[in-house]
Amino acid sequence: MRHHIVSLTVGLALVPLVQGAAQAPAARDTAKQLPMPGGTSVPNADPFPSTYRPYGSRPTVIRNVTILTAAGPTIRNGSVVLRDGKIEAAGRDVTAPPDAVVIDGTGKYVTPGIIDTHSHIGGGGVPGDQGAQLNDINEATSPVTAHVWVEHSVWPQDPQFPRTLAGGVTTIQVLPGSANLIGGRSVVLKVVPSRTAQGMKFPGAKYGLKMACGENPKRVYAQRGPSTRMGNIAGYRAAWIQAEAYRRRWDKWNANHQGDPPTRDLGLETLAEVLRGNILVHNHCYRADEMVQMMDVAREFGYRIRSFHHGVEAYKIADLLARDSISASVWADWGAFKLEAADGVRGNMALLNRAGVRAVMHSDDASGEQRLNQEAAKAMAEGNRIGVPVTEDEAIKWMTIHAAWALGLDDKIGSIEVGKNADVVLWSGNPFSVYSRAEKVWVDGAMLFDRLDPASQWRTDFELGFVPANRGGVR
Amino acid sequence: MRRALTLTVALFATTASAASAQTIAITGAKIYPVSGPPIEHGTLVMRDGKIVAVGADVAVPTGAQRIDAAGKVLTPGLVNAATVLGLVEIGAVRSTRDASARGHEGIAAAFRPWEGLNPASALIGPARDAGITSAVIVPQGGLIAGQVGVIHLVPGTASDMVLRAPVAMFAALGPAGSVNGASRAETIMRLREVLSDARVYKARRADYERAQSRALAASRLDLEALLPVLDGRIPMILDADQASDIESAVALSREFGFRLIISGGSEAWEVADRLAAAKVPVLTGAMNNIPQSFAQLGQRQENAGLLAKAGVTVALTGNAGGGDEEAFNVRNIRFEAGNAVAYGMDWNAALRAITLAPAEIFGVADRVGSLQPGKIADVVIWSGDPFEFASQPERVFVRGTQISTPSRQDLLEQRYKTLPPSYRAP
Repeated sequence: MRHHIVSLTVGLALVPLVQGAAQAPAARDTAKQLPMPGGTSVPNADPFPSTYRPYGSRPTVIRNVTILTAAGPTIRNGSVVLRDGKIEAAGRDVTAPPDAVVIDGTGKYVTPGIIDTHSHIGGGGVPGDQGAQLNDINEATSPVTAHVWVEHSVWPQDPQFPRTLAGGVTTIQVLPGSANLIGGRSVVLKVVPSRTAQGMKFPGAKYGLKMACGENPKRVYAQRGPSTRMGNIAGYRAAWIQAEAYRRRWDKWNANHQGDPPTRDLGLETLAEVLRGNILVHNHCYRADEMVQMMDVAREFGYRIRSFHHGVEAYKIADLLARDSISASVWADWGAFKLEAADGVRGNMALLNRAGVRAVMHSDDASGEQRLNQEAAKAMAEGNRIGVPVTEDEAIKWMTIHAAWALGLDDKIGSIEVGKNADVVLWSGNPFSVYSRAEKVWVDGAMLFDRLDPASQWRTDFELGFVPANRGGVR
Repeated sequence: MRRALTLTVALFATTASAASAQTIAITGAKIYPVSGPPIEHGTLVMRDGKIVAVGADVAVPTGAQRIDAAGKVLTPGLVNAATVLGLVEIGAVRSTRDASARGHEGIAAAFRPWEGLNPASALIGPARDAGITSAVIVPQGGLIAGQVGVIHLVPGTASDMVLRAPVAMFAALGPAGSVNGASRAETIMRLREVLSDARVYKARRADYERAQSRALAASRLDLEALLPVLDGRIPMILDADQASDIESAVALSREFGFRLIISGGSEAWEVADRLAAAKVPVLTGAMNNIPQSFAQLGQRQENAGLLAKAGVTVALTGNAGGGDEEAFNVRNIRFEAGNAVAYGMDWNAALRAITLAPAEIFGVADRVGSLQPGKIADVVIWSGDPFEFASQPERVFVRGTQISTPSRQDLLEQRYKTLPPSYRAP
């Protein structure tokens, strides 16, 4: 990464984009409990631990700025202090450390780092030419592939990562695709340069489980089954029945270590973790009636659905989603690309918002991921058009704190509040304006993107020579 | 149930049938005629479906319906320069997908997609409600995908909607035009073979009809369809992303003397000066910076702005890449323009790129794309800057008639605003 030399001369809070020698292996607390490492199934096992360490940061204060906090009302003419990777202060009247880098935010906006609950970048890398072999998100070999972990498909040199960061996005959940009823484990990544997927993994984040309803699985498995929606539901139930038996076997053995441990099964291990509440379910589902079927499946087996994804018909059951505290990760305005998406309406977000559902603006698309602020702006405008008003203070939550909740990380990220991780975006103007762009982006207090300093910007290995700085990329 | 639905449709249809003979004057708005400089506090008068006057000092004719638009913005109806609107309803449902022809080995020059246009498409309403009043419908797939038409988003039959067709031929170079794994130069070779045989066909049509000709490289109808391209009556769109493919397209247009339009054009900015010199317009977007393929490594959001600065005529198309921009989100073209501005395009140039520029490129500028006396009265009153998300198209006039029929999406929103819903009409 050639630009770290350049950035040293810049003198701003931008830090070299090189992960230092500080990358010691993470403590493997869970590993210590293993009587037979790798051979047993224990809750919260962490065989591919995060090696992420925050990049170096300097105390920073952004002054005279409008702050959309995602925690309370907009703070006008305020300041935010970032120190030691955390938000140290935010408000009208704050004291900044004397050595802080001072950034004038006059006319600009600060928001929390944007969070996308539905990404495939890294796993579905580009270029996507036939033969490039970078499409690694659908293990479409069996309807239930709970045994796969999408982090094993993540290519840290995917040139989509720096573009996502330049959209103000600091945390993403990479999910397996939707070919399967149960597609495998997701992974939560920080959008940072790294040599490894482990170096991007959000420390302490729970895993997610990707499930998919409807057309995709029944189309993919039309020949071998499931080939119908009833076949889909039978498939989930069969998997959970096995998982429940597996969980009981292992919980019993883990309690007393009597005799030989049960045989380990990667897929059932993941499903058992869902039943124990250690893995969050992210369920791709378009139709309202199918979502309600899935809510009953979850009830039957005692797990919770954390978020329905895509949910183009979520507005039809907004009351039921609110009742069961299920978040809805949806688009602003996609629809009609298949019949189960035919009832997509732009009012979806606003109607969910009004019903008290944690509405999340997700992308499922590397291009849309860079502009979640614009997607939220469209959805807000539609709400206002149809008499379901949405404020900016609500809309900002769709891509920050609600998304953080869907990932189980709302205690760490997703709002501008003292003590939270300093994942912060400085926008050139109101983020709901088409003309505004993320100008600077901090992850854990380290400035990792500065639009005004192209020489400092993250360029992946792939781009070197193929997409040199004088060609495409972020500017 | 079916009967109830029919009644509903009839009811709404009446709301759209205001007498177009009526004279309407819109006053007080900031008017962007596009063909000329903006007019503060201007007045626009339309009658019999045509614009009759635009200006700052235009008197409101006696008896005219007056619409006070003080503080609002007036633009021509927008033109989406590349869509499958009316050709694809539900992407995955084969029976509703009519944007491509099987052709012969990737050649479908005779394909005229507007002959399969669905005027009842539920996606037309939302597009029109969002200020789109014309759309360029393009065939998809293969080396020569077929012919391009311009449709007018008026309520009516398919033939009512066709504004002009054909307006261009659509073909592709590079990976997009590759048939059966053909390499770049092989794709060019194949296109050259077909174009030269079209010349042969033209010169020796009588021999061909008497079977006194060698076998030609495409079917009779396909060769016939290519003659207007070779005669310069319609341009040829070549879809090309890689800069070298774009150069090949320019070379091919010189070789055969056809008028060229580049579409896609991810790396067009790299050869902007050449395109400007050759007067080749480009259809491209402003919402993609992803090197999605090896032919698009130089893709960047500044593309449209850089091309315009170099003097290239640009018409904006949806290029974010999710796919929805092609039919469901034809309406989002105004945000493409906004993004183009955010990435360096002049605001007025961006407005032109979604109105008059595509109208000029496709030969319909005498009727649509600008607010000038004599033009079809396709007019949009916006609550504010049309590129901003918060702005709404408050009234959309097509041929001088305000259209306010609720779309399928409007009806769904209305139905589910209260839960549980009522399943009575609408």
